[in-house]
Amino acid sequence: MTRFAMVIDTKTCIGCGDCVVACKTENKVPEGLNRDWVVEATNGTYPNLTTEFRSERCNHCSNATCVTLCPTGASHHWNDSNIVLVDAEKCTGCKACIAACPYDARLVMHPDGYIDKCTFCHHRVEKGLDPACVSSCPTKCMHFGSLDDPSSTVSRLLKTRKFKVLHPETGNEPNVYYLI
Amino acid sequence: MQEELLVTARDNALIDPSLHIWTWEVAMYLFMGGLTAGVMVFAAVMTLMKKDEEAPFASTQLAVLAPVLLSLGMTTLFLDLEHKLFVYRFYTAFQITSPMSWGAWILIFIYPVSILQIVATLRSGYPAVAAFSDRIALGRLITDWCETHRREIALAAIPFAVALGIYTGILLSAFGARPFWNSGVLGPLFLISGLSTAAALVALIARQHSEKKLFTRIDLVLIIAELGLVALFLINMATGSGQQIEALQSIMGGSYTLIFWVLFVGIGLLIPLLLELLEIKGIGKSLAMLAPVLVLLGGYVLRQVMLDAGQESSWSNYPTQYNSELLERLK
Repeated sequence: MTRFAMVIDTKTCIGCGDCVVACKTENKVPEGLNRDWVVEATNGTYPNLTTEFRSERCNHCSNATCVTLCPTGASHHWNDSNIVLVDAEKCTGCKACIAACPYDARLVMHPDGYIDKCTFCHHRVEKGLDPACVSSCPTKCMHFGSLDDPSSTVSRLLKTRKFKVLHPETGNEPNVYYLI
Repeated sequence: MQEELLVTARDNALIDPSLHIWTWEVAMYLFMGGLTAGVMVFAAVMTLMKKDEEAPFASTQLAVLAPVLLSLGMTTLFLDLEHKLFVYRFYTAFQITSPMSWGAWILIFIYPVSILQIVATLRSGYPAVAAFSDRIALGRLITDWCETHRREIALAAIPFAVALGIYTGILLSAFGARPFWNSGVLGPLFLISGLSTAAALVALIARQHSEKKLFTRIDLVLIIAELGLVALFLINMATGSGQQIEALQSIMGGSYTLIFWVLFVGIGLLIPLLLELLEIKGIGKSLAMLAPVLVLLGGYVLRQVMLDAGQESSWSNYPTQYNSELLERLK
């Protein structure tokens, strides 16, 4: 399995939301729906507070419960990679995958009714480009690449920096990393 | 202090502010699925135990309800689908890791087995219909075959019915992302509840006193078993992971406390238990109709409250300041 990862540096993210706008524009996500979002996490007691911004989306889990619980095979791993896609032609809109996602990263596409989500912009990845959110980040805090290549930016960052993933306890093996 | 909140708009319909993808349609299906399973099990067990005299309704007439109830449930389930035209996709694949896929295929097997069950007792249960079908040679032939193999059909119906009843619970328990559902007890709990509602249905409809009495006794045992499974579920959640302990709060002081304890445990289990005990002792005959009605109500409430509280339980739950109504004002 080819492993694509997104590595986001919370030290340089300023929470501007450009990634959210870039995604909506690139993927023509209808009004009222969002494939990615930004979370502001505040920790500590005043005056000793720390703030962390996290740009969040589908984690393209290696062990994706949305894929294992999909009754029709509509949710699948793309080209033997960890990128999780939904085949609208196979999707009944039963919403099992929405319930199966610990990150609540999925949505019901309007007005069609099939289930939609972040695709890691696989249509851009195919051409060797970064996902739209990554390429539009003004602080360059977002990185994308293959974890199979030890010399890729994402591999190097994960070798040299402290990082975390969200809810690793679910066993889903998420692939969006946050540098801390 | 630890505070995490959304700073960009996220107001995905059915997902935010907390998951509410499945409503009464799915609860009704889970209820009807359990009831159908129970109906088929009792029709089969009464046949195997040769109870045609003591329980004529259950052994010869009950089976006809199975496809009717199941079809009602499947109709509401269909109403829940968001991409309805692609419903056939359930039958172009079998996904071994998806309980929903198992369920879709179990439903396909339930119908023919259930029809065989009905035909096997058609002449004794519904003589008027049998007289009509017996006019055709093929009808006669099929009915003859089913009657001869009534025992074998009953034996085959039980595993399919049990699979139907238990899968509705396994379906929910397989969602690791929803801590409130993540308990193996849900399968047996939904199965026993399905059997209990079916026993109540027989007690409600059957005319013969011996049959009402038999099914009141059966239901009494099933209610006690169900109370035991509810206790196991609560222990499972209370001693589970942090997410499960937190999820349990929704019925321990949270917004579903009254529905769970008063409507389900109280009115749906304990009161019918008491009424049935009194009835067996020969007291409170005038309330004989009430207990089964309450059991049926409790069966539905169980599905609805589990469905609602489970969807609210989550690993990630961010408060948001985004207000879509403000956006409308800008237009």
